[in-house]
Amino acid sequence: MKTVYLTLQRAFAVAAIGISTAFASGGGDVPLDKAPINLHDQASLQRGARSFVNYCLNCHNAAFMRYSALTGIGLTEQQIKDNLMFTTDKFGDTMVSALDPKDAKEWFGGVPPDLTLVARVRGSDWLYTFLRSFHRDDAAPTGWNNVVFKNVGMPNVLHDLQGTQVLTKVGEKPGHGEHKDPIMKLTTDRAGTMSAAEYDRFVADLVNYMTYMGEPARVNRTQLGVLVLFFLTLAFFVTLWLKHEYWKDVK
Amino acid sequence: MSAIVLNEVDPKKRRFLIIASSVVGAGAGAAVAVPFVGSMFPSARALAAGAPVDYDISKVEPGQLVTIEYRGAPHWIIRRSPEMVAQLAKNDALLADPQSNDSSQPAFAKNAHRSSNPEYFVVKGVCTHLGCSPTYRKEIGPADLGADWPGGFFCPCHQSKFDMAGRVFKGMPAPKNLIVTPYKISGTTLTIDADIKGA
Amino acid sequence: MAHTPKAAIEPPIPGILGKAIVWADARFPLVKLYKEQLTDYYAPKNFNFWYYFGSLAMLVLVMQIVTGIFLTMNYKPDAKLAFASVEYIMRDVTGGWLIRYMHSTGASMFFIVVYLHMMRGLMYGSYRKPRELLWVFGCMIYLCLMAEAFFGYLLPWGQMSYWGAQVIINLFAAIPFIGEDLAVWIRGDYNVGDATLNRFFAFHVIAIPLVLLGLVAAHLMALREVGSNNPDGIEIKKNLSADGTPKDGIPFHPYYTIKDIVGVVVFLAVFSAIVFFAPEMGGYFLEAPNFVPADPLKTPEHIAPVWYFTPFYAMLRAVPSYFGTQFWGVAVMGAATLILFALPWLDRGKVKSIRYRGPIYKWFLTAFVISFLVLGYLGVVPTTVWGQLPKGLPLVGGMDFATLVARILTAVYFAFFILMPWYTAKDKELPEPERVTY
Repeated sequence: MKTVYLTLQRAFAVAAIGISTAFASGGGDVPLDKAPINLHDQASLQRGARSFVNYCLNCHNAAFMRYSALTGIGLTEQQIKDNLMFTTDKFGDTMVSALDPKDAKEWFGGVPPDLTLVARVRGSDWLYTFLRSFHRDDAAPTGWNNVVFKNVGMPNVLHDLQGTQVLTKVGEKPGHGEHKDPIMKLTTDRAGTMSAAEYDRFVADLVNYMTYMGEPARVNRTQLGVLVLFFLTLAFFVTLWLKHEYWKDVK
Repeated sequence: MSAIVLNEVDPKKRRFLIIASSVVGAGAGAAVAVPFVGSMFPSARALAAGAPVDYDISKVEPGQLVTIEYRGAPHWIIRRSPEMVAQLAKNDALLADPQSNDSSQPAFAKNAHRSSNPEYFVVKGVCTHLGCSPTYRKEIGPADLGADWPGGFFCPCHQSKFDMAGRVFKGMPAPKNLIVTPYKISGTTLTIDADIKGA
Repeated sequence: MAHTPKAAIEPPIPGILGKAIVWADARFPLVKLYKEQLTDYYAPKNFNFWYYFGSLAMLVLVMQIVTGIFLTMNYKPDAKLAFASVEYIMRDVTGGWLIRYMHSTGASMFFIVVYLHMMRGLMYGSYRKPRELLWVFGCMIYLCLMAEAFFGYLLPWGQMSYWGAQVIINLFAAIPFIGEDLAVWIRGDYNVGDATLNRFFAFHVIAIPLVLLGLVAAHLMALREVGSNNPDGIEIKKNLSADGTPKDGIPFHPYYTIKDIVGVVVFLAVFSAIVFFAPEMGGYFLEAPNFVPADPLKTPEHIAPVWYFTPFYAMLRAVPSYFGTQFWGVAVMGAATLILFALPWLDRGKVKSIRYRGPIYKWFLTAFVISFLVLGYLGVVPTTVWGQLPKGLPLVGGMDFATLVARILTAVYFAFFILMPWYTAKDKELPEPERVTY
């Protein structure tokens, strides 16, 4: 089933892209929406992991992330094996796409970037906004463009869920002379299988998972940090008392 | 007039504070040591690489030895012929530990053939002396090993001898029988897994 | 003393351990060293906040060495493997993330501590006679530390590592005549590559640390020889009590060891807060683009060195190229670090401490500190950060305002040193007290 899906996905990607596009860098000054990240919400992380495997892992790798590390979001070994892994994968393997890098170069003009650390590079807010900011663009090779990442090489693989958006001019910025910058707005052109709120939730879960994946030790880190600071506070009072006792001698 | 005046010293209090601070310091030292010591244990990658290994034993011929790698060490799967199995019962006089009382194996392999199924012998192919891998010498009574050689394993490093169940001969440098790593057989799939419970 | 017939010391503690100490002391200057370095070393009793940073620098040095050793156990100095091996440490090695964050945070904290330590020296005249060599050793430690940080920053082999090294090595290419060849020699290749990474690893893990340890030993020996300065900048050795010890001095141990432990605990709390709650420190300690593997074909959009280099980087950028070479900026940057060495011989004031200095020195020092901090800020932001000056202005019309500010502040930085012989001699100083204020 998974293999069939993969093949379809791949066929879609090739058809949609047609000609190669470079994976240009993103940037711009679009205000970013705050991603509702909660690394303690294991249900959300698990939904996100599932979406990641279903939608992202077909083309992208997460080559530093082991399936076994998914036990950190409250899944058992059996659940991970049954729901998130290809049958050929081993539990200790890293999340590597079945897509051959050579094919990727041929089809997309570049290897889709590894996503293990993308949340640390771009930030969760950027990802959350990016995945909700695709719109149709007939001028783009894939037919898709993105407000946050201009001329992005990736088409909107989630358009079945989100529907399609278009970028329309809704006014002009006040300015001097003939040239006036237009004010652009994303509007929904065709509805997807999810409502806007459902889609936001879906992306939020996915980004939550990708944030976890960027640094699986994070929850552990902050928990340990509280203990350490508590201990150091205790140590501070003990050593300060010791210092005061000895410094009584100094006249 | 020195800057230090020692007329208010309360030795008991100082002693208490020094001990208290030392305890705190020792606690800190021990806590800091945890991640450092921990980092030298096998990593998630090493654990993944040390995951159980499967092998399809249906293709192994009688008398054949197959070597597979498990946790970086050679492991042998040998399909013993009926003659080889029969020979095992006659070796006791030659052996240091025929009942495997002082040797390492899962409970199901603490018997004369040292396996769950007498036909299939699964063993870690590492000499219990100093870690060389013995060679498989299944022929009986070859010129170099002598007429009473019953077939088994011979270590090239220090000439330790083992029979066809990995049991060490008397008077050898190797102190114990070869180690049988826990495994299970279901159908034709043999799984070597040191972490099998109750083994 | 020479005729002492038996063991020179009484067992300091009862039991077998005491006997072991006596045994060892007869064969090795154990107690002698202990006394010289700690109990018989008299330090002024009036140390304040600024005097914690010496021992803290020592602490960070030890932490960096220990965490570094453990990182080396899993790191691979190979262009193909380096980035993945760092992620391996962060994910797969038990406790690896903590060790790595301690090391990355430690690098920045080392500079914070050392900058504060140097600030102390400036404020209280700790570089003045007889402490010139102490200061020179300290400056050498600082240079070593910069080299150590620079070499170490390449090792994660991320985008910032790569392009940072690329830019810094190209500074050497600006040296006339030999520059290009020198840069190739440093890299061991036509571009930053595997050979560069491998040799930087060697420098980072063994060559520079050895030099650093030697210099730290020299720094401490010089300190024990001349004795610590203090916030009043007067010599405690001038006032001795009957037993020959300074009247205003107290034994380093137990008084300052115990006091420094309190400082260590506070420092560790700050350090832990960063390690456990903000290891990236908003992108200043660990930069986001460095989570992308090095790509020689693509420069990150905004590239700036790590914060501790940015004052010098801002100076580099502020200086325009003349006669077709960018050598001048490089020269200014080099001079900015090297001029520190000359400080003991530039200062002609009669008093050491800022407490008794005249107003001109205080103004100059304030301007110096502000220029260093603002240059540090300007080094992390693009030169366009404050926009451009109006086109109509004479001389500076159309120029990036931040560049102009950086040029002025660079001048201020150097003026602090170059004008020092003049303004320290001219300044109206206050009389120093006879004894330290406590």
